[in-house]
Amino acid sequence: MAGTGAGYDLSVTTFSPDGRVFQVEYAGKAVENSGTTLAICCKDGVVFAAEKFLLSKMLVPGTAKRIFPVHRRAGMSIAGMVADARQIVSRARSESTQYMSSYCEEIPPELLAERLGLFMHAYTLYWSVRPFGCSVLLGCVDQDTKKPSLFTIDPNGMVHKYTATAEGKGKQAAKTEIEKVLANNPDLTCEQALVHVAKIIHKVHDEKDKDFELEISWICPASKHEHAQVPAEQRKAAETEAKRILEAEQEDD
Amino acid sequence: MDFMMMGRPQAEEFVRHVEEGCPYRSDDVMQPEQAVSTGTTIFVCEFDGGVIMGADTRTSTGQYVANRASRKISTVYDKIFVCRCGSAADTQALTQFVNHYLSQHAVELGKQPSVNTAANLFKVMAYNNKDRLMAGLIIAGYDEKRGGQVYSIPLGGARVRVPWACDGSGSSYIKGFIENHYRPGMSKAEALELVQKALALAMSRDGSSGGMARYLVISKDKVEEGNILGNKLPVGP
Repeated sequence: MAGTGAGYDLSVTTFSPDGRVFQVEYAGKAVENSGTTLAICCKDGVVFAAEKFLLSKMLVPGTAKRIFPVHRRAGMSIAGMVADARQIVSRARSESTQYMSSYCEEIPPELLAERLGLFMHAYTLYWSVRPFGCSVLLGCVDQDTKKPSLFTIDPNGMVHKYTATAEGKGKQAAKTEIEKVLANNPDLTCEQALVHVAKIIHKVHDEKDKDFELEISWICPASKHEHAQVPAEQRKAAETEAKRILEAEQEDD
Repeated sequence: MDFMMMGRPQAEEFVRHVEEGCPYRSDDVMQPEQAVSTGTTIFVCEFDGGVIMGADTRTSTGQYVANRASRKISTVYDKIFVCRCGSAADTQALTQFVNHYLSQHAVELGKQPSVNTAANLFKVMAYNNKDRLMAGLIIAGYDEKRGGQVYSIPLGGARVRVPWACDGSGSSYIKGFIENHYRPGMSKAEALELVQKALALAMSRDGSSGGMARYLVISKDKVEEGNILGNKLPVGP
């Protein structure tokens, strides 16, 4: 067999001689091919944004979503295979309601993220299944303290907590941009963040790719601390403003 | 022979008025042995800064006092307690289950479970097994999120948060008294006096309640237990 990987990439139940599980790494590739998605923990809540490629000119706007509500104060943005990720969304929803019915408290964000991590990890252990070809961004706001939190869960089952992060094609560029934004505005609010996230998604969009629709949702005081889509007018206003700034920056260069 | 006849009545002498299809055998004339049950008075109330739980200490099997110094206030978790009434076996088993679940839950949660959570676990089991259980429960405790709380779980398995709750056979004698004297935001001393008086009144009227009056005061930083001996009760014979 040629090379170290050859023959060891067919099943998640076999390690390669240098200790890797290739199927899980390939699942990571599926995430890297997806449109960019990002989320920011602001001072007063969480903002999600996603770049949704338009597969057809006839696709009805506002459908085939990439950001989903999990429970009233939690949302999930997905990168990678949307069909796979919907499984995670559904699991997150049932974990939240189950927790509520047995413990009569809202599930703590850490616990929800950890349980989804276990769920995704379980799909890296058996030859009969394939790992999830997606990463998810899980954002929650605490019911009482209104404290926002943000997690990513990867195909290998790892859970990371972030103040802001991105996944998909433009994740590196997007993360750099978010870092700049947060460095300049440490007390960024969700409403202020709208223009920034719109700008970032537009900036990291690759002209070679298909056209896209910008999806933004948030959990913040404006949405009564519940997960909701940003109202169309506000989204459009943010998008126009973002484009204007981008054009101005390009002229400067 | 006569002696034996006296000891166990013959089937013919007794006609059991039961409907057709009753699962009892026609010769099963003796009443089945009565279960150990806490024919009880329990009373729990909120005060300014915590909760006070109170209970008598009589456990009976029918007419017989099986234990005159029993503890009907049990620990569920560090600062969560339950007053039990009904079948001693059922309520003890439920308490053990909830204790077990909560200790596991505390590990995954990384902090103290809430009183609300404890009450809900009791409710889930009391409701799902309502046909098999004889358990009246009052759960109370203190947590950082909601302070002192009282949850009443009566026979059917409902779960209600209340400022005060009382249950057990003795409770019917004192509900009016409590209604009249309880007010929200009482001081610890006032509430303790109310609990002791209410228990003593119930114990003096109710034959299935008696012994001592035990009480437990749960507040932000401490849990105090105390009791009043049967001959030192504030009211009654």
